[in-house]
Amino acid sequence: MNALVVAGVLIVLLGISYQTGWSKSRNLVTADGVKVHSRPQYHGSFTAIWAMVPALVILLLWVWLGGGITHNYTVAQIPQDILVSLDQAGLNGALIRINALASGYGVAGETAPWEQAAGDAVRSFNFLTFAGTLVLAIVAGGAGLAYARSRITARLRARNTVERVVNVLLLACSAVAILTTVGIVASLVTEAYKFFTFINPLDFFFGTVWAPNNAGGDNHGSYGLLPLLSGTLMITAIAMIVAVPVGLLSAIYLSQYAPKSFRAVAKPLIEILAGIPTIVFGFFALVTVGPFLRDFGSAIGLQISATSALTAGVVMGIMIIPFVSSLSDDIMNQVPRTLRDGAYGLGATQSETIRNVLLPAALPGIVGAFLLAVSRAIGETMIVVLAAGNAPILRGSPFEPVSTITVSIVNQLTGDTDFTGPQSLVGFALGLTLFVVTLCLNIFALYIVRRFREQYE
Amino acid sequence: MDMLAGKVKKTSLNVDSAMNPTDVLERPIRLTARDVTVHYGTKQALHGISIDIPDRAVTAFIGPSGCGKSTFLRCINRMNDTIEGAKVGGTIKLDGEDIYAPALDVVELRARIGMVFQKPNPFPKSIYDNVAYGPRIHGLARNKADLDEIVVSSLRKAGLFEEVKDRLQEPGTGLSGGQQQRLCIARAIAVGPEVILMDEPCSALDPIATAVIEELIDELRENYTIVIVTHSMQQAARVSQRTAFFHLGNLIEQGPTEDIFTNPVNKQTQDYIMGRIG
Amino acid sequence: MATDIQTSPEKASSDRTRIIRDGLRRRHLNEQIFRGLGIAAIAIALGFVALLFVDVFRKGIPAFVQSNLHLSVTYDAELIDVGPAPARGDFPSDAEYTAASLKWQREVALLNWNTIVEAALRKAAPAGFEIDTRQIQTIPETNARHQIREMFVRDPSLLGQTVDVEVLASANAANWIKGNIDRSLGDAQQQLSAPARQLIDTFVEDGTISNGFAWTIFTNVDSRAAPASAGLLGAFVGTLWMMLIVVLLAVPIGVAAAIYLEEFAPKSRLTDLIEVNINNLAAVPSIVFGLLGAAVFINWFHLPISAPLVGGLVLTLMTLPTIIIATRGALMGVSPALRQAALGMGASKTQMVFHHVLPTTFPSILTATILGVAHALGETAPLLLIGMKAFVASVPATPLDQAAALPVQIYLWQGNENRNFFEPRTAAAIMVLLAVMILLNGVAIYLRSRLEKRA
Repeated sequence: MNALVVAGVLIVLLGISYQTGWSKSRNLVTADGVKVHSRPQYHGSFTAIWAMVPALVILLLWVWLGGGITHNYTVAQIPQDILVSLDQAGLNGALIRINALASGYGVAGETAPWEQAAGDAVRSFNFLTFAGTLVLAIVAGGAGLAYARSRITARLRARNTVERVVNVLLLACSAVAILTTVGIVASLVTEAYKFFTFINPLDFFFGTVWAPNNAGGDNHGSYGLLPLLSGTLMITAIAMIVAVPVGLLSAIYLSQYAPKSFRAVAKPLIEILAGIPTIVFGFFALVTVGPFLRDFGSAIGLQISATSALTAGVVMGIMIIPFVSSLSDDIMNQVPRTLRDGAYGLGATQSETIRNVLLPAALPGIVGAFLLAVSRAIGETMIVVLAAGNAPILRGSPFEPVSTITVSIVNQLTGDTDFTGPQSLVGFALGLTLFVVTLCLNIFALYIVRRFREQYE
Repeated sequence: MDMLAGKVKKTSLNVDSAMNPTDVLERPIRLTARDVTVHYGTKQALHGISIDIPDRAVTAFIGPSGCGKSTFLRCINRMNDTIEGAKVGGTIKLDGEDIYAPALDVVELRARIGMVFQKPNPFPKSIYDNVAYGPRIHGLARNKADLDEIVVSSLRKAGLFEEVKDRLQEPGTGLSGGQQQRLCIARAIAVGPEVILMDEPCSALDPIATAVIEELIDELRENYTIVIVTHSMQQAARVSQRTAFFHLGNLIEQGPTEDIFTNPVNKQTQDYIMGRIG
Repeated sequence: MATDIQTSPEKASSDRTRIIRDGLRRRHLNEQIFRGLGIAAIAIALGFVALLFVDVFRKGIPAFVQSNLHLSVTYDAELIDVGPAPARGDFPSDAEYTAASLKWQREVALLNWNTIVEAALRKAAPAGFEIDTRQIQTIPETNARHQIREMFVRDPSLLGQTVDVEVLASANAANWIKGNIDRSLGDAQQQLSAPARQLIDTFVEDGTISNGFAWTIFTNVDSRAAPASAGLLGAFVGTLWMMLIVVLLAVPIGVAAAIYLEEFAPKSRLTDLIEVNINNLAAVPSIVFGLLGAAVFINWFHLPISAPLVGGLVLTLMTLPTIIIATRGALMGVSPALRQAALGMGASKTQMVFHHVLPTTFPSILTATILGVAHALGETAPLLLIGMKAFVASVPATPLDQAAALPVQIYLWQGNENRNFFEPRTAAAIMVLLAVMILLNGVAIYLRSRLEKRA
């Protein structure tokens, strides 16, 4: 409701201010026939900017500070004698009841007189502050409008001003990308730092036992990264063993051997795999691939667990196939044709040309592509959550259940916001590890690929 | 061995000098092409080319760009096979053997007909490995010593050995443009081809490097049948004994180089040589 | 033989030809093997695509069939022992009427509706069929009694009448009917008792139970108490809210950022840094964005947990780099001639970009947006971290309400204990998710081809 009112007021303000600037500008033209620097739209936008910015600033200030002010006012409405008797939970309960009364929804059970009084007081306070803020915003907007209108003359460079504002807005949008990174680093580092106040970093990075005590209490349990790391690396290795040959060979076949028509059909079909959500792969691993591998194992006398590093790795490999194949395809297409012609001209067969000339020439780029694939495999979550078996134990066999960094993040952070104990904070330490590892891989891989591209440009 | 003919040619690098035109025609014919056509998709790039190419002489194909001279050159070792949608008709025979016969192995053919390309294209490997690549894939060397010898002699023949003998293990891509092109020639020679096709081998090189390559071509003529496509009429006049003029996918005129340049029969040829087309 | 080359060319030449010929068989065999490997790789990759789809469809299609029980329910006045429903006319104010009405509804809810359901079932069963109350109650879904009660609340005049009602068979009954559970298993491993199973078979024969298309998957929200009625509506709407937020935020911000970086930004260290940063952001694991959401949006800004708003924000940040990179690519592809033409006419740089350059890139930006949204649609891991793991049995009315999302619903359903019932249902949910994604991709391809043709 309030939001609608605010939106309505802002839209009206926008319309009026734009119209004012526009018509004043039109009048300039008709009145004295002077050549006007900017077209009426720019004067309209110029006025609109001057009207909207102050109004928005005031509204944003209220959004930022209003919550705290209202909170303090509400607390002040609770009689002193009752206030002292309330603990934190009790205070929160009382505040919720008062706010419910104030909003008019009503509360369950009998209401104490002081609750009703406080509710009424908060209701009128809310109304007054809301109306006050809105009026203030309108006044500020109006003042901006009037100022801008007074400045409109034929010589006003409204277009330049508007374009500068547009530029600043564009810059702000690109800053979002930077802010995201800053946000990621800041949140991971601060929360991980809190975690390291509980657990010695050495115990975390070199510990071999992963056994968080999720029940809480003074005994936090142990948080050794190594079992998770080994699981992650094992699954990643299996995934690469599946994805690299299949992906690379299919890229080679599609780009070097396949007739155009076959390529036009097969390439998008393989890339479908890249578009399938990972949760679907997880389900596929859990209900189909896992049981199949288990039965296959028992048929050849191998004990393979249905949820294991092997299951997760194989399915993750399938997921990465199109990633490897389209990146390698790209890279191989960048190798100049003349190199291939050179080999053909010497009488090399097509496979000799590919193996001896094309692949070595494309090698740096392909290595970059593989590193990107590795980084992706390390960060993949849903497949391992469903199919790796969630057994954070240091093991060498890929046939047994394992756990990974990402699985443990999901397990430890189930949406609780109560980041007070190491049980949940460890998620951020794991996330930081993951972020740093993948970041290094990505930077390195992108660097290699870039160098490779430059080489043939 | 036809050393005498080679000696004679060496002194006759320009058109004005006396040279017996019947000299090369009397040689055995290595390649015969009859009514060769090439289609790229629906577009016809060559119209019924027929030509004979004599043994151990340089035959030059000239003509304005897009005239089909490179396309025809690529037919001779079936490089057009690697281009999707290219269709070749007619017959080309090497020593009487149809090179488009289904039974013919294109790998073997290309070992017999080597090729040097427009832009130097050394593999991103060492100089040694570049030259050794052909002998390796074809199994021409029984052991390392054999291979070493092939590499050294090929580099020598290509006139590059003295310049690179101390850095055979350095990458071939690190050489200068002219050196790279000579490396590519050495690479082609190392397989021991009978015919060498050169597709505008000097177009990416400076005049000095070009002169070195031209001299090299003249030397190679003693042992190899050479077909060279060139943009430059001066180059054709300098290095070739026979010249064929292509225009718009047709073979307009062919004959001994002197005849083509001094006394062209066809008006189009004359116009081209006079610099009016192209 | 290397010396041969120099000494006697004719002999050397024939020697070489012989050697080369000898090697050809082996080399061509290698060629065939290599080509075969390529074909095998393609076959494997395509085989996986096919296997995945066939597997999901084979498992999911049965879930689109639900078993309905056709009962004739008697609203027995003896069992339904409540006063008449209050009428608006009897009360002076709305508030009093509402209070009385709610009180009456509470009384109705406290009645034992199970007995009415049971009576209806027994009436449908063959005469003298022996089955106890607990066993017979396992046949209809637990929400049957709510359904019958709701009918009464809406129309109190039903009292004493008999009406035909269609209710859902329970998940276990559905398993038995569809053969999701092995029928040859012994009593101890069966979820249903022997008499209940026998009665179900009788019902199927005499038409009391019939199969129909499971619209409930699309019209119901998730349910734990009545699994057979669990549907995707809530998750679907939750996903819709998130996608709306992603489109509203990621597209303008992403396009604006791309325009700035490509057209306006001075080539400086800072823009280089932004560029590297965006490329890396595109490759950051999605779960890290989930951590960002949990720490920043929920813990620092105190936005509501499990809300589509937070999910949408997280997915927006995740999608932004993709859109920025795609838009920049499109802007880069605009010919310099167009730019110079616009500038030459006296347009300012801003006018050139917004009037001339941007419109030509519209198809690419649109396609990138749809593909980015499709990708965000299937993302699961970050949502789990911002609390969307919770069981939510309602349709979110605003983006601030608790909600599930399609991929999260799949995650929740695959973890349900009633595997026999929920495995098909999970596969069905996956089919719905894939259908939405394929639809989006199809639209992207269609729009791109149309717009490009026009341009």
